[in-house]
Amino acid sequence: MTDTLSERDTGVLPGGPGEGVIVNVRDGGDIVTQDMNLNIGPQHPATHGVLRVVIDLDGEKISRATPVIGYMHRGFEKLAEARDYRQIIALVNRHDWLSAFNNELGVCMSVETMMEMEVPDRAQWIRVIMCEWNRILNHLMFVGSFGLELGAITPLFFAFREREDVQHLMESATGGRLHFAYNRVGGVKEDLPAGFLQASTKMIKVIRQGTTQYRDLLFGNEIFMARTKGVGVLPPDVAMEFGVTGPTLQATGVAEDSRVSQPYAKYGELDVPVPVGTNGDSYDRFVMLLERIDASTYIIDQALEGITAGACNVKLPKIVKAPEGEIYTRTEAPLGQLGYYLVSDGKKNPWRLKMRTPSFYNVSMMSYLLQDALLSDMIAILGSVFFVVGDVDR
Amino acid sequence: MEPGLLDLASVGWSIALKLGLLVGFFLTAPLVAGYMEHKVLAHQQDRLGPMEAGIGPIKHGVGQLVADGAKFIQKEDIVPAAADKWVFSLAPGVALVPGLVVMLVLPLGPGLFGENLNAGVFFALAVSSVSVLGVLMAAWSSANKFSLMGGIRAAAQLIAYELPLVLGAAAVVLQAGTLSLVGIIDAQATFRVFDIVPMWFVLPHAVGFLLFFVAALAELNRPPFDMPIADSEIIFGHMTEYTGIKYAFFMLAEYAGMVVLSAIATVLFLGGWYALPGVTVPELINGVVGVFGFGPYGFHPVVTGLLGFGVTMGKVLALVFVMIWFRATFPRLREDQLQRMSWLILIPLGLLNIVVIAIAKVFG
Repeated sequence: MTDTLSERDTGVLPGGPGEGVIVNVRDGGDIVTQDMNLNIGPQHPATHGVLRVVIDLDGEKISRATPVIGYMHRGFEKLAEARDYRQIIALVNRHDWLSAFNNELGVCMSVETMMEMEVPDRAQWIRVIMCEWNRILNHLMFVGSFGLELGAITPLFFAFREREDVQHLMESATGGRLHFAYNRVGGVKEDLPAGFLQASTKMIKVIRQGTTQYRDLLFGNEIFMARTKGVGVLPPDVAMEFGVTGPTLQATGVAEDSRVSQPYAKYGELDVPVPVGTNGDSYDRFVMLLERIDASTYIIDQALEGITAGACNVKLPKIVKAPEGEIYTRTEAPLGQLGYYLVSDGKKNPWRLKMRTPSFYNVSMMSYLLQDALLSDMIAILGSVFFVVGDVDR
Repeated sequence: MEPGLLDLASVGWSIALKLGLLVGFFLTAPLVAGYMEHKVLAHQQDRLGPMEAGIGPIKHGVGQLVADGAKFIQKEDIVPAAADKWVFSLAPGVALVPGLVVMLVLPLGPGLFGENLNAGVFFALAVSSVSVLGVLMAAWSSANKFSLMGGIRAAAQLIAYELPLVLGAAAVVLQAGTLSLVGIIDAQATFRVFDIVPMWFVLPHAVGFLLFFVAALAELNRPPFDMPIADSEIIFGHMTEYTGIKYAFFMLAEYAGMVVLSAIATVLFLGGWYALPGVTVPELINGVVGVFGFGPYGFHPVVTGLLGFGVTMGKVLALVFVMIWFRATFPRLREDQLQRMSWLILIPLGLLNIVVIAIAKVFG
């Protein structure tokens, strides 16, 4: 029996034949134990959707973990080849549904740069404001869900209370609560509604009160500290090798942020704080979220000062065609660096649109982080590397 | 032994009366606790909780759990193909019945108890820990890896937390000099701190009370010790494969457990049915009206019993409230952290507590 089992250990592919059986026999002196092969997902409450992690468990300890992706593959890259540039905006809204506005912006910027189009100042300011509100929306979601995964149910409800208000605010300008489709090539759909800026100022205060409350709720909490500190430590060099970006990378102490290193829209004229962590553990990653929310409110504050009057879009030709060529645009999406590699053959559809989505790289690092972790820690790790499954599978 | 209110002249009738009241209490008390959990948790989280289901004109979701129960009965009863069918079906019952049996010895009011056993504390603690057997049966027979992990966690938790629970209670037994639950309440009525201040055992036994309460949370799988059913890790532990009425039994067992262990804690530490240390409700009422020159009034034993029952339930629900409050506040501990806490902190503390109480008892 031992022979067949150890054979399995070398050749079991997740999803392949032989999966789901007991693998890897351990001889611990008197007691011989066997590793248990366990499927976490694709339907599991802790995986934010349909990520599947196949793990081998030695008791509660994970001896091997393999993320299996593709359960939500919707073929966005291929679909984009059959859509014109206005339609693509609605398409990219949906791969990371928590950062819709930031996604749109990347595509619009690619096309604008290829067409050498001047985007009006006001549109650029609006983009900055909306990007940051969207970032806050995204981070609030993860603040809430992380607590939930650790078994604290209250932060989720508090975070959704603020999320609801921000969604109202964004809805007043864009008409959407999740998929905004507010960007256009050359600007934004239409000007901000009257009173939006004042409402934003008020909302910033609400958000700041909210973050103070989450800090009170979680950081004074012994159990929260015990569950997150020193759990899932990610060294900066490993993070960079895996291409991890965004809050997960910043938590390791690397101050990388596209808004600073390669400013777009109006970020070059603004003071963009880049928070960094020290240990790269789950706790630091969570702190990054709150710090980045604070940074976003600070940026919105500046943008509300700086915003100018004027047009907020340009007159477009009847059919928008990007000239022949290629371009790679990177922006700082809430979860990390979002890149669009656009190749055009001069027609109204892109010849190829490759997406470099941050969640994919965060998930690819999972095997490293989960190695030798406890099953309970797996949840603390999964919840703190911040990914959206749609963004992984595209 | 002094007969209780429920001991009638005819043995048959008194058994019938006791059983009727017991089952009635067993079926309603967990519902009250469950409703409290719904509403308290909701309001602590900026929500309203159930608002619609009601009984007659009374809304605010008071009928929510009755409706839930009716729903569970209608659900399909699924037994997994690979499950050990007998054990799988028996498990919810095994988890549920100990709660019912413990209620037999709980003194809920003066004279209001099923049996006043000489070894009441021993009986209550021993029987209440049988329910974990149901958890283990469910976990093993479900033929589900998540269930199994939940069961293993529950077993480990039971071993670690039974000891602090017993140690906390043992100190009280030592102090009271009796194992009878009624005897312990009486002992608290006459107990004086430094022979002057009347006080319940909760003050001199603060450490013991803390141990007992924490261990009770762990035993009940309540947050922050809900690893055996940790929904974000192992789906729902031993309950993963259960549906319909069997699942409802497990939920009922959980809330019954909350009420039972809170009631035991009330009896051991909070003076049972006494409204104030050493003062029963009738005495309190007579004392208050006496100030205004009325009374003293005489109270029928049944009225006294019911008033005492009200006081006990008030204390029980206060403890249940704290349990719910914990759920709203704390994340879940990790299994190894829980074990470390039990073996390295709670158990030494419990032993120390007994030593201190024993010395105080002998020399104090």
